Amino acid sequence: MSIAASSAEPALELIGIHKAFTGVKALSDVALRLYPGEVHTLMGQNGAGKSTLIKVLTGVYAPDSGHILLRGKAIAPRSTLDAQECGISTVYQEVNLCPNLSVAENIFIGRYPRKWGGFGPIDWQRMAVDATQLLARLDLHIDVQRPLSAYPLAIQQMVAISRALSVSARVLILDEPTSSLDEAEVQLLFKVLRSLRDQGMAILFVTHFLDQTYEISDRITVLRNGVREGEYAASALSRLELVNKMVGVPVDASAAGQALAEHAEITPAAPAGEVFLQARGLGRKGALAPQDFSLRSGEVFGLCGLLGSGRTELARLLFGADRADSGAIGIKGQNVRLSTPRDAIAAGIGFCSEDRKKEGAILELSVRENIILALQARNGLLHVIPRKQQQQIATNYVKWLGIKTPDIDTPIGSLSGGNQQKALLARWLATAPDMLILDEPTRGIDVRAKQEIMDFVMALCRKGMAILFISSEIPEVLRCSDRMLVLRDRQAGGEFVRGQLDETSVLQVIAGEAA
Amino acid sequence: MNPNLLSDHEDGKLAASAHLRWQRLSRLLRAPLLRPLAALAVLLLIDFLMIPGFFHIELKEGHLYGSLIDIVNRAAPLMLAALGMTLVIATRGIDISVGAVVAISGTVAAMLIGGTMVMHDGVPTYASNIPMGWALAAAMGAALLCGAWNGLLVAGLGLQPIIATLILMVAGRGLAQLLTDGQIITVYYKPFFFLGGGYLLGLPFSLFIVAGMFVVLALLMRKTALGLFIQSVGINPVASRLAGIRTAALIFFVYCFCSVCAGMAGLMISANIKSADANNAGLLLELDAILAVTLGGTSLAGGKFSLVGSVIGALIIQALTYTIYSLGVPPEVNMVVKSVVVFLVCLSQSPEFRNLVHSVKRVPSS
Repeated sequence: MSIAASSAEPALELIGIHKAFTGVKALSDVALRLYPGEVHTLMGQNGAGKSTLIKVLTGVYAPDSGHILLRGKAIAPRSTLDAQECGISTVYQEVNLCPNLSVAENIFIGRYPRKWGGFGPIDWQRMAVDATQLLARLDLHIDVQRPLSAYPLAIQQMVAISRALSVSARVLILDEPTSSLDEAEVQLLFKVLRSLRDQGMAILFVTHFLDQTYEISDRITVLRNGVREGEYAASALSRLELVNKMVGVPVDASAAGQALAEHAEITPAAPAGEVFLQARGLGRKGALAPQDFSLRSGEVFGLCGLLGSGRTELARLLFGADRADSGAIGIKGQNVRLSTPRDAIAAGIGFCSEDRKKEGAILELSVRENIILALQARNGLLHVIPRKQQQQIATNYVKWLGIKTPDIDTPIGSLSGGNQQKALLARWLATAPDMLILDEPTRGIDVRAKQEIMDFVMALCRKGMAILFISSEIPEVLRCSDRMLVLRDRQAGGEFVRGQLDETSVLQVIAGEAA
Repeated sequence: MNPNLLSDHEDGKLAASAHLRWQRLSRLLRAPLLRPLAALAVLLLIDFLMIPGFFHIELKEGHLYGSLIDIVNRAAPLMLAALGMTLVIATRGIDISVGAVVAISGTVAAMLIGGTMVMHDGVPTYASNIPMGWALAAAMGAALLCGAWNGLLVAGLGLQPIIATLILMVAGRGLAQLLTDGQIITVYYKPFFFLGGGYLLGLPFSLFIVAGMFVVLALLMRKTALGLFIQSVGINPVASRLAGIRTAALIFFVYCFCSVCAGMAGLMISANIKSADANNAGLLLELDAILAVTLGGTSLAGGKFSLVGSVIGALIIQALTYTIYSLGVPPEVNMVVKSVVVFLVCLSQSPEFRNLVHSVKRVPSS
């Protein structure tokens, strides 16, 4: 049982933490209380500020203002090592240990016990004995002399935890530790966490899995857009409420929202065109359970779901970025194989990835080169687009989409996120696709650019393009989509047509409470 | 009219033109080729001051002679290798098998040509084992095969370029040594020597080969999308693939191209020494080529590249070697001096170092 939280002194307390990056607020006035003997889950969508908060806690970033109190004493960790010495240890999603060293060495790396009062050679025997004892505390009985890589990931994670414990941590932070574990391994980890909690450890757990949150948490803190939504006892917060808090339901429609709503009224559900793409049993092991769906020309098909629900995976399968291991895709009634992005482009599909920096922009190339890249790739190496024509294409799209850039030969990396996104949209529009996949096209860009991009999407759709629209902002998907597919834990939660769902019912489907 | 207003206006114009001039100057200073050119100029200046008659070029028997011609001629194989290396490095790769490919192509050519001199009515004529054209084609074919092997390992199997080409670096020279039994193979066939020591229009023939390769590359960059694709893949391979570029095919191509350049360099070198020396021909040429590319301003991180820069880089290296020898620096010191100069040039290209210098400059003034 957890120790009564309110009576004890917090092991760790954050007060009024502010952190901004070049003017963008990542955290504003965030507070967090972590008590000994509790598992406290930090929840929030991508970009909510979870990682930033963890990095402030572990000394990677210094907060702009605010206090970190460890057992009532203010600390200001300047590095992870510093934080560790204060008693805050962190275990990351990717185990950052040395796989080719032994388990014992990993636990004591940098602090090897030595003979002769600390000055002699390494005391291997003591190290092995101490490591075995530490692991026994986690009810783990393994050969500590074997290399770490000999054990599955879950065990490696335990080793990381016991390493954290061996520096006598009072606070243990687990940053998405379960993302790469299977169900049995998660249970093993949770068993250890519970036992540590009962020994009085304060545990901060970061995850985006709802089931796990409810299974292990005593309390939950929800972050949204860098602001703390609230702190709740896990038992007093329903799943629906939690998803609501994470996603944020606008109390009243903002100006931008209203404009879009009006927009939507002028253009009622477009007359459904012919089926452009038909997927039958499309799936990939470990990424997406087999799905059936179809996209029509001139309609926006929305994909909804939390991070890791399979929405991006589905988009990548359609674009040939990943290979499907089951199912078939038909385009305009013909079966096609989309095993590389080139195949998909040839079939008339464009794909704006959710990760603009890694999978979209070629940062050091100019706006012009970025815009014509996909078209040039489709034309092939030999049919080079003449410079004049390149300039024409780029200039036109800069004008049409309102891309703010000094000129078309400026490196795209020096543009703001919204303008980069518009240029990438232009890259695909230049190929005149029949279908466009937009994966989080509005993430991390300002409200104005967001609306401009959404306006453009609607206009494209009216011109007969099929659009697959993915966003974690549910109101946005609801507003734009003619039909939508809700995904949950890599499974279909259901397919709906416009007007059939409202925000609450979508949240219910996502949360797994039958609609 | 208010005279003050006029003078203000004039001042403003002056300031504006000064500003414009300054802008032009600073743009010039930031031009990517400036630093390698400046380095080359400094070297040549030192040569001018220290070596009498350095810039003297004379015409003898229709051939141009002089130190400058000598430097350019000797730099030819390195320039070729550097051109090929530039494309590889632009894709974030590296090819350390260049020297081995030089040995292979030289050996294949020398063995197939062999050659004997026979007297026909008192006139010496030369005969090769097989027609020279076939021999050269076979040598280039062998080089292309080497490139295809490298390309397959890097693009097909996803090996790290340095490891993938390390295999050929070791195996290639060994293969060449096996072919020759570790012996030096001497060529007795005069037309072959033309590749390394011949003259055309008063200039060394090797220069025409380099110029030809440069023109081919420049045309490829202008008339096809190769330059754009290489840069794109070098900067962001994942995004390039998603934009529809055949990244694997492109990477395969640059390794083939690099080996072909190395193969040509090998022919030049073996024609120049009139033999094939599998043990020493092109030894460490890959390092000089990588250095030339770096000196030319192409970053090892891939992306933007400069073919002209790499050619200048090769010239810097050769001019440096020439200077060191001409100044009578003892051979033992040679390597150290070379490394110091290279260190200085690379330092001047390091943004970190430039920031450091700038910040040191700024501190006293503020």
